[in-house]
Amino acid sequence: MTVPESVVLHVAIVTGPIDVSALLSRAQAPGVGAVSLFLGTVRDLNDGRPVSGMEYEAYESMAESELRAIAHETCGRIAGLRLVVEHRVGALDIGEASVAIVAAHAHRAQAMDGARDVIEALKRRVPIWKREHYVSGDREWIDPTTVTA
Amino acid sequence: MSIPVLLFASYADAFGARRLDVPLDAPCQVADLVRVIRSMPGGDRLPAAPLVAVNRTWVREGAAVQVGDEVALIPPVAGG
Repeated sequence: MTVPESVVLHVAIVTGPIDVSALLSRAQAPGVGAVSLFLGTVRDLNDGRPVSGMEYEAYESMAESELRAIAHETCGRIAGLRLVVEHRVGALDIGEASVAIVAAHAHRAQAMDGARDVIEALKRRVPIWKREHYVSGDREWIDPTTVTA
Repeated sequence: MSIPVLLFASYADAFGARRLDVPLDAPCQVADLVRVIRSMPGGDRLPAAPLVAVNRTWVREGAAVQVGDEVALIPPVAGG
């Protein structure tokens, strides 16, 4: 049996809401038997402080090229993977998705590994920053090197 | 001559600008550039060895900066 080639279907930095259904549709194919979806969403509490919203900023040209590189590297490790990745920038409300990764494969283990590999590399390498807006009115850039979020 | 450097997020706040014109001649090394930037007003809020990208690629402090390169000082990333 021939394993289909891995393919990076879509990688984008977007400014509007992420359309998860559209991304899931993009990943579908007759040979797909498992679709893993990772969503990062804005939560209302961080380190005990009530959060009212989040603001994302990116070095957009590099963020998109790094995301694309990560997607291709992941596809290089997992044969037959189909990847769709979007990261949103701008102001987000509680509960909204900041990042969506769809990894589709014939089998579940590869689909789940694919989604996990992309989000872990994204968090290490992609030049995107977030500023939390607190209910108190304060705002702070998140520095993952100093917190354990 | 000066070298334009892009700033983002907390670093843009530190300097009150999204771009710095660093008074230095290219070619030079990233480490030279960082040294001069850290001596500028607001530069005390930078770590000793901040992350740097040249032409949208991560580089080390020994990397060269040429005339016309796109240099960016990158705060700790926090995507996702």
